[in-house]
Amino acid sequence: MRYAFVSTLLLASLLLAACGSPGDPAPGTGGEITVAGSTSVQPLAEVLSEAYMGAHPEIRITVQGGGSSVGVKSAAEGTVDIGTASRQVKDEELGEFPDLRVFTIARDGIAIVVHPDVAVDAVTKDQVKGIYEGSITMWSEVGGPSVPIIVVGREEGSGTRGAFGSLIMGDEEFAMVETAILQPSNGAVRTTVSTTPYSIGFVSFGYLDGSIKPLAIDGVEATVENALNGEYPVVRPLNMLTKGEPSGAVKGWLDFILSDDGQAIVADEGYIAAQ
Amino acid sequence: MRRRYLVDRSVRYLLFFSALISLFIVFMIGLFTLREAWPAFREIGLLSMLTNSEWRPGRDQFGLLAMIAGSVWAAIGSMILGVPLALAGAIFLAEVAPVWMRGIVRSSVELLAGIPSVVYGLFGMVVLLPVIRKIPVAGNTGFGILAASIVLAVMILPTITNIAEDAIRAVPREYKEGSLALGATHWQTIMGVTLPAARSGIVAAVILGVGRAVGETMAMIMVIGNSIVLPRPLNSNPLTLFLSQARTLTGNIAVEISYATGLHEDALFATGVVLFVLIMIINSSANLLIRERRR
Repeated sequence: MRYAFVSTLLLASLLLAACGSPGDPAPGTGGEITVAGSTSVQPLAEVLSEAYMGAHPEIRITVQGGGSSVGVKSAAEGTVDIGTASRQVKDEELGEFPDLRVFTIARDGIAIVVHPDVAVDAVTKDQVKGIYEGSITMWSEVGGPSVPIIVVGREEGSGTRGAFGSLIMGDEEFAMVETAILQPSNGAVRTTVSTTPYSIGFVSFGYLDGSIKPLAIDGVEATVENALNGEYPVVRPLNMLTKGEPSGAVKGWLDFILSDDGQAIVADEGYIAAQ
Repeated sequence: MRRRYLVDRSVRYLLFFSALISLFIVFMIGLFTLREAWPAFREIGLLSMLTNSEWRPGRDQFGLLAMIAGSVWAAIGSMILGVPLALAGAIFLAEVAPVWMRGIVRSSVELLAGIPSVVYGLFGMVVLLPVIRKIPVAGNTGFGILAASIVLAVMILPTITNIAEDAIRAVPREYKEGSLALGATHWQTIMGVTLPAARSGIVAAVILGVGRAVGETMAMIMVIGNSIVLPRPLNSNPLTLFLSQARTLTGNIAVEISYATGLHEDALFATGVVLFVLIMIINSSANLLIRERRR
């Protein structure tokens, strides 16, 4: 009796394991949109998704992070409906994935931020370059106290790092000083800089809050106004990528984002309209 | 009658089949990892990967030396901190503790084993790092091998304590009674007779703990800094090596795999193969020692 019970149980569990959930709708149709990629785009994408889902309750949009290169790769391979990236798509990537379609939905500034107690408010672009190269190692070299600079950066696949590289360091694939602490997202960089005295890092404008202090670069404050009028030097595109031309729910959402309503939300969130 | 026999046979086959599945899965994981890693071994070369200290995928540099050093130093640090603590716990549980206390201590140690590694990482980031940062050494960021060692030591504590306690309990009573009869104190008996007798089991416990330390990923990413640098002392004091940032083999894979393509991705699988082999060696030596003890 007991053997019969146990064997039935085993068989039942095997059968249950073999069943999946009722067929997931094909990407782009029905009403499911999966988004993954840049952590810089993530907060904006979440707000845009909430606005769209409010008007279209049959659509479900889920947003994940992972970094810009994850966004490019996932979109190109069709793992998600929309991949996001906070940098230009590289030529090699376009060459490897010719089906990729790129839509610039906004532009975003990158702020150089420091721990709030650091007694430095402004630096030059060359000084930032020196700090991240490792040629400047003490805060005293940029007007602060005689304390070593703790450099915080992002992993190599980060779009924010890539954009920072091309706009400040002069090379997207620059060699960061080897003692830099690498964190895997904008949020993690912000947390690290806000809790580590004498640290410096770079984050998307969308992540600026009271816990970290943005520095002025070459005399220009890190504000949205300065990014809008072109004075702030570190601004990059926020891109949404699809495999092939978008259709169905994906197209609907992208059209919304690029419309006046969508761009108004972009501006409200502290980003710059795509133009 | 016949039905009972049939049920008996089918359950036997079902269980055999379930066991085969685990074997099959291990085999498939190993094969898949090796297959994905093969292009990397072919194009970069195993020797080059193991001795090159530069890991810059953007410039086609795939040297694992810095990460191997990071994993090794973190494991060594965790052994220095964790093994004495775990052994002390095991001796306490097996020899010294009154019966009522044994249950409490053992349950707490087992609870430690149940805490998810990301929670350990969080604890490390929020509590440990500010404390370590207070050490007045130039270049001390709090992140680094010391933080990793402390977190790992706590994580491997249950593993080592559990197995070491079993090993100590397995020492025949006659040894202990003989020693006490000859006039030795309890402590002298533990140090002079019980522990040496349990030696191979204790070593097996430590080795398994090390295996767990080498395989830890999430907590490492959160506290070790992930800098691609060969760990080195920060000033003339060699102990400051433990304050150096580092990156572990496991952290290397986890941080980069989601966006790596082409040769970079294959190189990460090759890192996985290196880890696989390392842990297999560690576990096999532990098993050999346990078996030897049982004889």
